[in-house]
Amino acid sequence: MRRIVTWALSTITTLVLLMSYHTSTSSTASTVNASGVTPGSASKGAAPGSVPNSGGSAGTGNGTTGGSSNGSASSADGTTFAGAAVPTRFGNVQVQITVVDKQITAATVLQIPNRDRKDIQINNRAVPILNSATVKAQSADIDMVSGATVTSVAYIQSLQSAIDKANL
Amino acid sequence: MGMPMSIHLRGDDLARPEVEKAVATAYALLARMDEIFSTWSPDSQVSRLRRGELALSDCDPLVHQAARIGGQAEELTSGAFTTLLPDADGMPRFDPAGLVKGWAVDLAGDELRGLPGVSWCINAGGDVRAGRHQHVPPTGEDAMAWRIGIENPYDRSQIARVVPLTDGAVATSGTAARGAHLYDPHTRQAVGRPGSTSVVGPDLLWSDIWATALFVGGATTRAAFAEHPAYEVVDL
Repeated sequence: MRRIVTWALSTITTLVLLMSYHTSTSSTASTVNASGVTPGSASKGAAPGSVPNSGGSAGTGNGTTGGSSNGSASSADGTTFAGAAVPTRFGNVQVQITVVDKQITAATVLQIPNRDRKDIQINNRAVPILNSATVKAQSADIDMVSGATVTSVAYIQSLQSAIDKANL
Repeated sequence: MGMPMSIHLRGDDLARPEVEKAVATAYALLARMDEIFSTWSPDSQVSRLRRGELALSDCDPLVHQAARIGGQAEELTSGAFTTLLPDADGMPRFDPAGLVKGWAVDLAGDELRGLPGVSWCINAGGDVRAGRHQHVPPTGEDAMAWRIGIENPYDRSQIARVVPLTDGAVATSGTAARGAHLYDPHTRQAVGRPGSTSVVGPDLLWSDIWATALFVGGATTRAAFAEHPAYEVVDL
């Protein structure tokens, strides 16, 4: 994000906590408590190429960053940047953006949790919405979203690291 | 269902050891609160209290404090917020989850506010708390404000409002994301209406409590809320 990149920024990622929701009565939940959290690296002025948390810094909580391709690739249709894979309790979320002339033209999801049917349902609905939101809003004007789901929080974190990488 | 919590810092030289130490302390505090209060973990103090295996007097002082805050919240919101929620068997049991998250995040933020030159933001599953060191200006270019987008609950591809935050909180209650999960103590039903209610205020504990209460509550709760001018409501 433009504003963020101009400041020295450290983003320290994801701790999965288990504050339950009221109507949840599932008895299958087990405790995942990622306590070993490592701060992301910080850099001053964040010049192109020295962007902090380019991949890797997400997911230090539980070491399940996943086999993500974190590089960028160019083609006639633009350059793609893969965000860091952000672990959630349900699995990793990883977003890739395509950039043409410093504009995000597409956002695609490389990884989403799909461990059970409900996750798939939720994600099938949420992810396309989030994808179009990315392209619409360019996300440059907001740092955080209030009201978002667990998955979308991870989406936004991965998205942010992709944007950081693209140096938008 | 768990929830990711992230801590974000802005400022110069964030690689300082004191920064890393403060962040580690903040995370440790969140983990400690979870350990005591989680209703997911059968071994937490609150789970044992709910099963009647532990007396309130034997619990951590934080549990007493949660019970006190819960009582106060119930009173201030005219009963629209409660910590007595129906369990799987339908019996009401002490469940402070609705206030613990915001409270824990506020306490974690206290560990960060002493860092010179640093502006911080904690995102707890879509509820946000930001703060700054006292020498970081509250407005202007150097304020390093966090821009918080409030999602449009009817079209979640849209951001309905943007709230710039240097010191304060935004909490959103609604059923768009997770279905009917908010409980109305008056009707004893889960609330499934559309829309969302966000509260912007100085701290996340009370912003979150009010967001929940105003989403499920009626005119009496609205009138009670009007007595707290430090908090603003955004109904969508």
